[in-house]
Amino acid sequence: MATTAAAPAIPATDSYVGTSGVWSWLTTVDHKRIGTLYLFTSLFFFLLGGLEAGMIRWQLAVPNNHVLSAEAYNQMFTMHGTTMVFLAIMPLSAAFFNYLIPLQIGARDVAFPRLNAFSYWVFLFGGIFMNASWFVGAAPNGGWFGYAPLTTLQFSPGLNIDFWVLGLQILGVSSLAAAFNFITTIINMRAPGMNLMRMPMFTWNAFVVQFLLILAFPVITIALVFLQFDRFFGTNFYTIAAGADPLLWQHLFWIFGHPEVYILVLPAFGLTSEIIPTFSRKPIFGYPVMAYATMLIAFLGFGVWAHHMFAVGMGPIADTVFGVTTMLIAIPTGVKIFNWVFTMWGGSLQFTTAMKFAIALVALFTIGGISGVMHASPPADLQQTDTYFIVAHFHYVLFGGSMMGIFGGIYYYYPKMTGRMLSEKLGNWHFWLMFIGMNLTFFPMHFSGLYGMPRRIYTYDAGQGWERFNLTSSIGTAVLFIGLLIFVYNFLIAGRRGAIAGNDPWGAGTLEWSIPSPPPEYNFARIPRVTSRLPLWDVKTPTLNAEVPHTDRGDRRLDVDVGTKHTGHSHPNPANSYPQQATESGMHIEEATGKSAKDLGIPMPNQTIKPLICAAGLTIMFTGLLFIHEDKHSLAIATILTGALIMTMSLYAWVLTPLEDHH
Amino acid sequence: MTHAAAAHSAHDDTHGHPPTSTGLDNKKIAIWAFIGSECMLFASLISTYLIYKGRSVVGPYPHEACLPPGCSTPLKAILNIPVTSASTFVLLMSSLAMVLALAAVETKDQPKTTTGEKILGSSKLWLWMTAILGTTFLGFQAFEFTSFVHEGLTIRTNLFGSSFFTLTGFHGAHVTAGVLWLLTLLAIDYRRGLGPKDAINVDLAALYWHFVDVVWIAIFTLVYLIK
Repeated sequence: MATTAAAPAIPATDSYVGTSGVWSWLTTVDHKRIGTLYLFTSLFFFLLGGLEAGMIRWQLAVPNNHVLSAEAYNQMFTMHGTTMVFLAIMPLSAAFFNYLIPLQIGARDVAFPRLNAFSYWVFLFGGIFMNASWFVGAAPNGGWFGYAPLTTLQFSPGLNIDFWVLGLQILGVSSLAAAFNFITTIINMRAPGMNLMRMPMFTWNAFVVQFLLILAFPVITIALVFLQFDRFFGTNFYTIAAGADPLLWQHLFWIFGHPEVYILVLPAFGLTSEIIPTFSRKPIFGYPVMAYATMLIAFLGFGVWAHHMFAVGMGPIADTVFGVTTMLIAIPTGVKIFNWVFTMWGGSLQFTTAMKFAIALVALFTIGGISGVMHASPPADLQQTDTYFIVAHFHYVLFGGSMMGIFGGIYYYYPKMTGRMLSEKLGNWHFWLMFIGMNLTFFPMHFSGLYGMPRRIYTYDAGQGWERFNLTSSIGTAVLFIGLLIFVYNFLIAGRRGAIAGNDPWGAGTLEWSIPSPPPEYNFARIPRVTSRLPLWDVKTPTLNAEVPHTDRGDRRLDVDVGTKHTGHSHPNPANSYPQQATESGMHIEEATGKSAKDLGIPMPNQTIKPLICAAGLTIMFTGLLFIHEDKHSLAIATILTGALIMTMSLYAWVLTPLEDHH
Repeated sequence: MTHAAAAHSAHDDTHGHPPTSTGLDNKKIAIWAFIGSECMLFASLISTYLIYKGRSVVGPYPHEACLPPGCSTPLKAILNIPVTSASTFVLLMSSLAMVLALAAVETKDQPKTTTGEKILGSSKLWLWMTAILGTTFLGFQAFEFTSFVHEGLTIRTNLFGSSFFTLTGFHGAHVTAGVLWLLTLLAIDYRRGLGPKDAINVDLAALYWHFVDVVWIAIFTLVYLIK
């Protein structure tokens, strides 16, 4: 709720004249505004997840501490993990997907603008639903991985797990809807000449992530359905006494859970792949290999899930297979690391804040990647599993990887989103405090882990050699908080006081920098015609782009059969036969004109509240299930039916209303 | 839609929408992505059913079973293969009707002279046929579920009950959604008539319908036919 209130505080710009105010944000279908909403909401949840982490570190700073009870500690670490994964990093990535994909491929919006709004509102309501559990004193307490049978009714009788299960189901709907949308957008809405092998690296990573999402989320959906049915309807999926397999949940969860790791980190890789070439003044090294490596990571990511389960005793064959596939993933990942290094090699490096975060990602992710290869080996993993070594590993990957990349992305793209620059001076402080704080917090965890400190314990006795490591970690967390406060201050004041950015403050090469900052509602007054990977460098600094392939092959369309009809021949893309564009070749730069879409005659989708109502109906429907647990069956049925009715009616109203006025 | 947009924008590039990169309608790409996702959903359900096959500690069991000690009175199989074969046939025929419905919508503008052409060209007839066959399948499923409950198998009874009812229930829910979709198309057909420009929307429903059909073939084979 605080987030919706915060959202309208974003500086109003010329392009939104006449469409400001809360109502315009509730009804927006503009991918840029939805991206902004995602950004604010997920940063809020990131701070919340950070506070939960702060409580955990406060509790663990010294032995036998009593800041938190054991039960409160369980809730705290469960909600920290769940919040960071599903409510912070994923939607932060979604903020960039929303904002950047259409701009980077030269489109005016996503394929389904209203579905996009629906995804955001479902995410917001899902996040509120999950956190509402705090107010009834029943925050989820089964870990972010929610292992069943621990989370079945028998062992977790409270409402805690119900909130978690239903919250994740709601959030899954949001991610899936968004993924269908982005896949369609990237496949089908690229500007003429923007063939797949010319797409910016961020869009490539985003594209691959959407496939991970649509293939991984259904699996956790089913795992959660089983758990829901067990808890609400008395089925036996996780009832060991009825013959259930105690590993069923673990398998289903990690078949989702490991691709999820790449869902979290690939968008940050994408942002880094945009930042490093710009500030090295060189095209990215090995572009095609970067794209293939991303696909290979995603593909292998579905075949490694059981490395989370070496300790359950799957036997030597399964252990070996999963150990080997896990080590294989290090190859495409290593390729990416080397490509970033080779991009910087020989470049004229500019150490902006964004660049520092990007370089930090390369360094810190490598540390996390290497400790990952360590526990890819089952014998080593048996020593490390369930200890703080693992906590150190995945925080190097998720904080050192995802969050560093995302912070870099925020510094890099803030000027595009707001038209103003973040302070580099404050950014410098933010970066160094984050970098030092992050290493101070997580590096000692390698040692506390190797000294045998288990994960998920709420306190520990003195005299086991863990004290100084834990104290150091807690001090590091305090440093992180100072850095974070500087960032929040920088983020909030730069919207008013930051230097004016202009189209292209960084001298970057991709399409989004060819248009004004912030972009007008229609993005591109004229759809650009793309002739190379870095079209803007062709115009501004062609020497930087000399070695990038330039062909006209992307301007040709394939033969396509649609149903019984034959559309398109091997002729130039009809988009290029536009009278005005046929005479032009290559890129153009669009200066801010202050003209609205209406002035230019560009059809824009109408604003609508229906996606929000539909999302609310969906959330009400899931909320109704909570009452089953309380044995209020008629209330449950009434709530579920009300939610379903609201959802269905608004869905029909939405689908049967055309997207835009007839023109 | 693509053609209209392309024709429209030929005289002025800022008006209308540029043609799509593939020439396909956006909705077509999205439904394929959706079907890909649904494959993983049903794969998870079917795998769980197969993993739990033979692990139930109490009956009823899907197929004829012997319990130690001895095998003097083998337990009766609960799955009724002849009846389900009939319902499978009904569902497969509904896919044929769906194909004819789509063809009828696509060729709505072509002149029809013979009675045969008129029958084949009636989108209402074939949409009704598809919806009715789908509903018949659901009727079979309702009958099957009820008879199982009478024979003592509920979703709570054992692992077979849990995984069977959840799997086939999810499939039934998908068929139900499909029937509602068809009825919606029918409502539109009665209100203003479906023509070639609506073919894409009927095509989406058809792709979904065929997908749900194909899933049933997998379920029928893996759950009913293989002992």
